[in-house]
Amino acid sequence: MTALQRTGRWIGDHVVLFMAAVVLLYMFLPIFFVVLMSFNDPVSRLAYEFDAFTLDNWLNPCSAAGMCDSVVKSLQIGFLATFGATVLGTLVAFALVRHRFRGRSATSLLIFLPMATPEVVMGSSLLALFTTAGLAGSLGFWSILIAHIMFCLSFVVVTVKARLAGLDSRYEQAAMDLYANEWQTFWRVTFPLVFPGILAAALLSFSLSFDDFIVTNFNHGNTITFPMFVWGSAQRGIPPQVNVIGTMMFLLALLLVIGSGAVNRRRAR
Amino acid sequence: MTASHAASDASGADLALSSVTKRFGSFTAVDDLDLLVGRGQFFALLGPSGCGKTTTLRMVAGLEEPTAGRIDLAGKDITRLKPYKRPVNTVFQNYALFPHLNIFENVAFGLRRRGVKDVKGQVQDMLDLVELSSYGGRRPGQLSGGQQQRVALARALINRPQVLLLDEPLGALDLKLRRQMQIELKRIQTEVGITFIHVTHDQEEAMTMADTIAVMNEGVIEQMGGPTELYDNPATTFVSNFLGQSNLVAGEVLGQSGHELVVAVEGSKLGVPMDRARSTSGAVWVGVRPEKVFLAASGTETEDNDNVLRGAVVTDVSFIGVSTQYLVRMPWSQELTVFEQNTGARESFRPGDAVDLHWMAAHTFVLDAAQDAHAGDETYDADLAPAGAGT
Ligand SMILES: Nc1ncnc2c1ncn2[C@@H]1O[C@H](COP(=O)(O)OP(=O)(O)O)[C@@H](O)[C@H]1O
Ligand SMILES: [Mg+2]
Repeated sequence: MTALQRTGRWIGDHVVLFMAAVVLLYMFLPIFFVVLMSFNDPVSRLAYEFDAFTLDNWLNPCSAAGMCDSVVKSLQIGFLATFGATVLGTLVAFALVRHRFRGRSATSLLIFLPMATPEVVMGSSLLALFTTAGLAGSLGFWSILIAHIMFCLSFVVVTVKARLAGLDSRYEQAAMDLYANEWQTFWRVTFPLVFPGILAAALLSFSLSFDDFIVTNFNHGNTITFPMFVWGSAQRGIPPQVNVIGTMMFLLALLLVIGSGAVNRRRAR
Repeated sequence: MTASHAASDASGADLALSSVTKRFGSFTAVDDLDLLVGRGQFFALLGPSGCGKTTTLRMVAGLEEPTAGRIDLAGKDITRLKPYKRPVNTVFQNYALFPHLNIFENVAFGLRRRGVKDVKGQVQDMLDLVELSSYGGRRPGQLSGGQQQRVALARALINRPQVLLLDEPLGALDLKLRRQMQIELKRIQTEVGITFIHVTHDQEEAMTMADTIAVMNEGVIEQMGGPTELYDNPATTFVSNFLGQSNLVAGEVLGQSGHELVVAVEGSKLGVPMDRARSTSGAVWVGVRPEKVFLAASGTETEDNDNVLRGAVVTDVSFIGVSTQYLVRMPWSQELTVFEQNTGARESFRPGDAVDLHWMAAHTFVLDAAQDAHAGDETYDADLAPAGAGT
């Protein structure tokens, strides 16, 4: 048997693993490239290929003019939008699952609409709305925030609703049976049990808000968020520091995933 | 004060349900129910699935509001009281242990909500009682079914409720563990002296554990009493079939002779003690338990006080170790069941043997013929029954 045949046989035996590896590679290649480019020392501003290794980008990420300001804007908007959407969305989810009212199923359906609407449509119609309201001149931080809360809401409602609908009401009844009044039952039992859903919704909101380009592009006025900054600088050549931010975000996400995995394992033990 | 409420005081009853009805839409789950449970009793609510046992418990716990009627606990009306204001705790059907809290915190939950001091010592004592001392730090999901069951018990019991409600607490356990836990539960109840209301659909469980059993069917109590009383002197066909098995044959009351009711059954005269006759005229069901009947070869003389039905043929013999179960076909083609202890004193009969059925008159009971002879018989399927059987 030749080495080639043996390799072929091995691949045949491990075809599923092999496919998985290929798919993973496909998924991670761009991320790897972002990490690599964060150490790039480009010859010209327009260069998109790796020229020379440097640590300068990591040591001075803010040396790219305006970039760190845009990151701070994006973080501010991201946190506020997450907070707003999570609080409002959780309340809506509780109302939809726990209360019977006229138009409940219609509301449940309408909640899905913003998710199904193309972002371009949503962005332009929001701009039309702001303009009609006479706010065309004051577009900026607040209009972006309002837009972000709006499109994150649906995702929060859907995520929290799913968790809440799967919550066995007997836990709350058991709490009431064990001398917890309505308020204590909510904070001691309902909320902790729904919390993983709320947390997932918040993380989703943040990532949606942080990297939103399309809706923001219509409604940002003169405010520059990080995606707007990257888009703007792409015309002139992207500074390598952008890749530093990209790598940081990736590492943060990785830490969160590993962290939540560890928490889950500890809970299960 | 209602009449039943006064009665509850007189009998020292701890819990009194008076004319309690619960409807879900047009469906009546619990129908005009009256129940008295004495202080410190081990009380079993026994009935088939869907008869309204859980609904009854939930109304006592305050998790469901009665459509009508009232519930009193120690002389105080608790009908509309919030669940957390009642000195009542529940062991839920599937335990409902809080998955986000460890065993210690699950058990401590009730004490903490009431702001009790020395939670630690009490929880540890309670975990000792249910033999789970070293499991405080674990999560409910890491415990076996039997252990979860004991945590659920500890979590409720630690609050020293006036009444502890147990909703099929052993239903999810396998047979061996169930028998073990029955003994354990009984021991704990005796030890703490709290009123237990134990819901079950397992008649054997109810009979081994309870001081008093209420047999429930389709939202109403059929009969209430001690295990022996219910078994020996059932008041309805449902009770006679649901608790153990019964042979019920159709008869016609002829009259009274001394302390006995005389009933004609297919040409034979049977005697029944008056205090065991629920109906004393016209058409009736004459009943006898299978183990009370003695099979004898056809034509054997009778003892003075015996009831006899002659002309039966053995159709089936099943040997089950301690006893043998016979199916015999009567001349009117009804099949009756007879259990005989395997004492080894004589040969067993074979299919086709001609036999007579003898039993003591004192073991006979009489029920109203208006009732369905197969009510409560879980093995009976009307579609499969031979024509004429049981009628
Ligand atoms: N919340 C409810 N809504 C409608 N029907 C109910 C509800 N709870 C119970 N029922 C009905 O009431 C009947 C009695 O139920 P339950 O008390 O749970 O019976 P058991 O505990 O004896 O099995 C059942 O037929 C059940 O379907
Ligand atoms: Mg039930």
